[in-house]
Amino acid sequence: MSGKHIAKNQPASFIFSEENKEKIKDILKKYPDTKKKSAIMPLLYLAQKQNNNWIPLAAIELIASMLNTTYIKVYEVATFYSMYNLAPVGKYFVQVCTTTPCMIRGSGKIVEACKKIISKKPGYINEDLDSSWIEVECLGACVNAPMVQINKDYYEDLTSEKAETIFNGFKEGRLPNIGSQSGRKGSEPIEKRTTLLKNA
Amino acid sequence: MLKDENRIFKNLYGDESCDLSSALKRGDWKDTNEIIAKGKAWIIEEIKKSELRGRGGAGFPTGMKWSFAPKDPYPNRPHYLIINADESEPGTCKDRDILRYEPQKLIEGSLISAYAIGAKVCYVYIRGEYVNEGKILQEAIDEAYKKNLIGKNASGTGWDFDMYIHFGAGAYICGEETALLESLEGNKGQPRLKPPFPALVGLYGCPTIVNNVETIAVVPSILKRGADWFASFGRPKNRGTKIFCISGNVVNPCNVEEEMSIPLRELIETHAGGVIGGWDNLQAVIPGGSSMPLLPKKVCDNILMDFDSLIEANSGMGTAGVVVIDKSQDIVSCISRISRFYKHESCGQCTPCREGSGWLWRMMERINRGESEIHEIDMLLDVTKQIEGHTICAFGEAAAWPIQGLLRHFREQMEEKCSNLANRKIA
Repeated sequence: MSGKHIAKNQPASFIFSEENKEKIKDILKKYPDTKKKSAIMPLLYLAQKQNNNWIPLAAIELIASMLNTTYIKVYEVATFYSMYNLAPVGKYFVQVCTTTPCMIRGSGKIVEACKKIISKKPGYINEDLDSSWIEVECLGACVNAPMVQINKDYYEDLTSEKAETIFNGFKEGRLPNIGSQSGRKGSEPIEKRTTLLKNA
Repeated sequence: MLKDENRIFKNLYGDESCDLSSALKRGDWKDTNEIIAKGKAWIIEEIKKSELRGRGGAGFPTGMKWSFAPKDPYPNRPHYLIINADESEPGTCKDRDILRYEPQKLIEGSLISAYAIGAKVCYVYIRGEYVNEGKILQEAIDEAYKKNLIGKNASGTGWDFDMYIHFGAGAYICGEETALLESLEGNKGQPRLKPPFPALVGLYGCPTIVNNVETIAVVPSILKRGADWFASFGRPKNRGTKIFCISGNVVNPCNVEEEMSIPLRELIETHAGGVIGGWDNLQAVIPGGSSMPLLPKKVCDNILMDFDSLIEANSGMGTAGVVVIDKSQDIVSCISRISRFYKHESCGQCTPCREGSGWLWRMMERINRGESEIHEIDMLLDVTKQIEGHTICAFGEAAAWPIQGLLRHFREQMEEKCSNLANRKIA
């Protein structure tokens, strides 16, 4: 996998909130008694969620000690998977899919909109909009291309105008309804449905 | 065209709610305990008879895969069922619709399949980006627990069955079954050498069957309506219905459930409103997700969409993610972008793939920018051949095949780009 940007300024310590400690108990129940290492990934997610969408190294250390494993075991997982952020990202974290099916439908224009509204280069935080953006590989919504993921939600069937409107809305904390921005349901044909007509 | 009554996923577009009561109205969980009462052997035999092939890309016969699970589990080696919902193949977005609109079909299928292979625990490995889809599935699982459809004595069958979700975190390679198992065990998602196969040594070293979401979700319908019904669609060995994802330069990109072996042209023109600018404006189609070699228009004119027909055409059915590319697109750019995808997603374990996928991408970019000499095209082909077959998992093939497909059918376009350089040098 590709290299990771790890924050230079790291908090000295990290502890899980009381609420998350309860969640951890439930997570651990999912895995057999001797196989608690399986919880590394869900615990990294919890740490990321608790810490403004990025994971400090102190959290990696804590998770390693909680699961009775070594720091490097958790660190290599955190650096292997692209969804773990090891440096701060914007409150509105935009991920633009630019893989071929989206590229064919014009994801280049969405990247242009990001450059215009958020930041010239990917990975930089626009303080004004509290937002940052990156290009990512296929997000699995190919028939609704082009699309972006903002934090956990998908915004699909975009045009550059629609994307710009969404990004400009960050200032007031305004986001449109998730899903298709062209008004279609899920992945039905946009104009003329040919199947499942009874429900249409 | 497949009649609506023969479609398995009646809520594919999310017209109705995905909650349990709506799912019950659609026929989910009907007679589940009666099916299970018929026994493991009957279920596996029926799935074999239906000729269901795995819907995750490789197309391995599902009934046969299940029969590899040991018949009598050892007490300290429980069996596991893993649902592969790490849908990341570019061009593919079918499992997402099952997770968010038909989750009960998946849960019911999981119970039946788990029973058939002797598993009491099932993990669903969902790609990390599908946060909302995972949430819907978790709610559906909670509902099913509440009604005792799963859990202790699931659906009154006497079989205990637990189902858990485990989120991935953005690694394409975790769709490979052994990488998925590594990831589920809390490691980097790097594939294991096979053999031993997961059916004998899988998750936590125990017998494990890994199936795609769509494969498991069609199981209840096959058993309820009969293997013969399912096998009445498609050609021999390529039976049943299938969700196709049609994306790219078509008028109406969409997901649609159709009969296997449907002609590609009919699929695109009936359901996706045709190629933008008409069929003659078609340049190429990637028929089964990005790793499958593309097909030029003249092949697309008559090809049938099933495993065997596409293999004959030097491509593959894969996940049935159909990416349509019209003449307005630069075909070399399209494939070069796929090479960038594979460069990014290589897990880094095997040298030919880790280094080679980057070489492929950089060579493709050079050719695309017109900075290459003509002989570099053969060098590119040579690199693909050195990756293919020299890696632990099939990722090597997946990185090599799209470029081989391009060279097979669009060499002229590549040579043209290279000859620009020659002309510049002379000038």
